[in-house]
Amino acid sequence: MKYALLIYDKPGSHEALEAQEREAVYGEYFALSEDSRCLGGAQLGPVEAATTVEVKDGRTLTTDGPFADTKEVFGGYYVFDVADIDEALELAARIPSARLGGKVEVRPLVEQPS
Amino acid sequence: MLSSLVGFLGDFDLAEEATAEAFAIAAERWERQGAPTNPVGWLVATARNRAIDRIRRERTLAEKTRLLELPEAAVDDFDETVIKDERLELIFACCHPALATEAQVALTLRALGGLSTEEIARAFLVSEETMKRRLTRAKLKIKQAGIPFAVPADHLLPDRLAAVLAVVYLIFNEGYGGRAELAAEAIRLAGVLAELMPDEPEVHGLLALMLLHDARRHARFSGEELVLLGQQDRSLWDAAQIAAGREQLEQALALRGRGPYVFQAAIASLQTQAPIDWGEIASLYARLAELTGSPVVELNRAVAVAETGHTEQALEIVESLDLPEYRYLYSTRGELLRRLGRRDEARAAFERALALTVSEPEKRFLTRRIAEL
Repeated sequence: MKYALLIYDKPGSHEALEAQEREAVYGEYFALSEDSRCLGGAQLGPVEAATTVEVKDGRTLTTDGPFADTKEVFGGYYVFDVADIDEALELAARIPSARLGGKVEVRPLVEQPS
Repeated sequence: MLSSLVGFLGDFDLAEEATAEAFAIAAERWERQGAPTNPVGWLVATARNRAIDRIRRERTLAEKTRLLELPEAAVDDFDETVIKDERLELIFACCHPALATEAQVALTLRALGGLSTEEIARAFLVSEETMKRRLTRAKLKIKQAGIPFAVPADHLLPDRLAAVLAVVYLIFNEGYGGRAELAAEAIRLAGVLAELMPDEPEVHGLLALMLLHDARRHARFSGEELVLLGQQDRSLWDAAQIAAGREQLEQALALRGRGPYVFQAAIASLQTQAPIDWGEIASLYARLAELTGSPVVELNRAVAVAETGHTEQALEIVESLDLPEYRYLYSTRGELLRRLGRRDEARAAFERALALTVSEPEKRFLTRRIAEL
């Protein structure tokens, strides 16, 4: 089963780390992306670079900033192909953001017919 | 039989319907032709085949295509001993942390307790519609989120087993206040777990704890009025259940159990003896408090300490606790102050407890306490 692991960061949590610790943490993110079960993923740019688009009555509305004005910021994601949710949850728990005040949402992908 | 099918199919509803269909066919056919030599095997094979037919007809998710690869189960292949008991897998799925606690409780009662939706709704004081929705959503989550029907891997097992035991204990406590059929159901579930996981001391510990508490249920009330442990008529205690509880505790201790349920069971067991060794109970509570860090456990320790005669020390413990909305903190404080002759302070504490109490028998008990001051 394929799962999306959606990473919500506590703002500033990674920047607050000592340089050496930060290196180690980035190493962990990299290791997860190198896992054989990883189908893909990406780190999103800073929230200051975000733009939100909405189409109402045929008109495109463009706003500066991210969609959600929440404390946590959506920072990136992975897609993993695993046997069941327990494997996905274990991978999610290894994502550094989860222990640095952030949260990881684990959601199954809708299977596309091949 | 249901649990074995659910494990095989990974789908509750399908398993339930297939089972029902198999029984219906059996009822009709066996009346005409007589029962087969291996009725259980026949039922399971028939149910599986009905389910496979159904899946083929519906042509659903790719995930289910693996079932289409399986050969049609031949009736003769099924030996009763081959049918794997998958109740453990079922209970771990029902109590998976990806499900909300109330969903875990409802599913466990439905799938393992065999309670009807209506019975579960009544037990938890919600409408049948609400409970039906809760169960449907939970079953859907299991399917969609890929919650496995499996006993968790070794490194996950301690936490997952703790969650299962917590659900069973929750069910017991719902029944503790008067809904006796829930308490009995919880004890039965723990019994099943003890059978399926005989080497887990906490399972025996929880079973022991519930048996010992439940054994005292007839002595807990005199008419409508609350009777405290010290005043209970011991002839109303269920001696057989106490013996069974002590036996389970022995098993847990033989397995070197040192977990919270084992400690609580040991305390409950000591409380069934005469005279009660409150000193020993106090030290068990101290060990339990270290394990759990729970202020409620510390409160219970204070009570035990008071029973050994050290009222001042007990009061100090109570005053150090942070339980601002816990009625038993105030009722305990009131009792300790009363014993120390500090009547005005005792009255204030009892009145605070009264304000926080909802149960009528408890309210009457506290009112009497205040009047006696």
